[in-house]
Amino acid sequence: MTKKTIVKGSVTGKVLKSSQPINFLGTIDKKTGSITDQKHNLSGKSIKGSILLFPHGIGSSVGAYTIYSLKSNNVAPLAMACQKIDLTVASGCALANIPLFVLSSNEYDSIKDGDEISLG
Amino acid sequence: MELTKDEEKSLNGEHGEALQIAYRILSATGEATDAEKLVPIHWAHVSGVNYNTIGDAGEEFLATISKDARFRVRTTVNPMGYDKDSVEKFDLDENFIQKQESIRESYKKMGAIPSFSCIPYEIYDMPREGTQVSFAESNAAIYANSIGKLKTNKESAFSALASAITGKSPYSDLRKDDSPTMSIAMKVSEPNELTFGLLGYFAGKVADKSVAISGVKNMDKRCNKSMCASMGTSGSCGKFVLDDNSNASEKVDFDEKELQKVYDELNTAESGDMITLGSPQLGLEEMTDLATMLKGRAFKKRCLIFCPRAIQEQARSLGYAGQLESAGCELMSDCCTCLTPLVTKKDVDSVTTNSIKGAYYLKNSNGLDVNLKSLSDIVRDETS
Repeated sequence: MTKKTIVKGSVTGKVLKSSQPINFLGTIDKKTGSITDQKHNLSGKSIKGSILLFPHGIGSSVGAYTIYSLKSNNVAPLAMACQKIDLTVASGCALANIPLFVLSSNEYDSIKDGDEISLG
Repeated sequence: MELTKDEEKSLNGEHGEALQIAYRILSATGEATDAEKLVPIHWAHVSGVNYNTIGDAGEEFLATISKDARFRVRTTVNPMGYDKDSVEKFDLDENFIQKQESIRESYKKMGAIPSFSCIPYEIYDMPREGTQVSFAESNAAIYANSIGKLKTNKESAFSALASAITGKSPYSDLRKDDSPTMSIAMKVSEPNELTFGLLGYFAGKVADKSVAISGVKNMDKRCNKSMCASMGTSGSCGKFVLDDNSNASEKVDFDEKELQKVYDELNTAESGDMITLGSPQLGLEEMTDLATMLKGRAFKKRCLIFCPRAIQEQARSLGYAGQLESAGCELMSDCCTCLTPLVTKKDVDSVTTNSIKGAYYLKNSNGLDVNLKSLSDIVRDETS
């Protein structure tokens, strides 16, 4: 069903879906997992324990450390799934051991915010 | 991705934990970008040096991996959190300094060159055209590809670190095929570095991996750096080419209306309580330019200038550093405007800068308002 698995794992959980890409540096509080960028559509929400769906990562290369820190601070998502993979998200999830998937556009579009889904 | 027998052994942990971690990262990034193999790289530039950005988890990770990881290629490092020469002037707590020093020590142990700069391309001569390198720090990756004619993907802190440890990177994306899929027509006349910064931010948002820009004759270094930095901030695009005849399939315009939209997103103040210059850090050419612009003038507000230590030392021996200081500038090395712990809400509400990248992080990470102006406007308005 998924197009590609980048970091293996199988999860069931509630989807937090972002319509906008995510810059993991400077826009997420790595201690709480809350999105702090006021212009982001997930502003104020926490990504902790979710299956985080977002189009792709953008911006700083250091965002990979944020992903690793989220995991160390126990506020990471259960898994992430994107339409397109960038190196920051791929390497951050690889080191933090957060399951990461690329979804086909049909599948990505069919999953709604708040859905209960299983991946992997 | 196909691994050689030796690479496979490293991935399975037969050559130690550090190499295993490095190959695990490269396997994921290789898989993500559909690479068939790993290729040698000749220079790595790693990000993730500032304690403000990587935090306790990052500091602990580096302390652990540096026990047995050793860099196999020339490896330069990004700015850290402060300049040790002036750290006592800022209100940094003991914990910050202790953690930052631990990070510095970890990189030193692994064999990094203590460049603490986001502009490695202005400290070292560029290698031969087409050389494979591995640059994290988005402005440096885009600069290396676009101006330096080198080959790198827009690496992450971890993928560049893995390349430094292994001397390799997945052969994919911009390393393989860097032809633009989109062309942006520049319709704004008389652009300065701020205009190119706004164009870069727009381009990063709309373009994928590589973008052609038409309608631009030539760009000086300040404009190039401004565009590389802002493009790296807003998107995942890792290269631009100036080309009026691109056969890219998608075409969009960047006109006054688009320019205004980006400006309004990032400019949130009419004026700043202080000025910061140098995101990316200033090179020697920009320092000498600025010294010339400031002849007989002095800043009316605090003005911090960020530049690499190697450049500050050159500027000092040539007399430019003294001239800038006489005009009221404070020169800071080893650190940068972006994600700095030195400019905070405790001291100021707003900052004036000509950097789009600086504006984005001052706002999002430091919670400050930003007044965006070109360098010539800053000199006109903020000095007497």
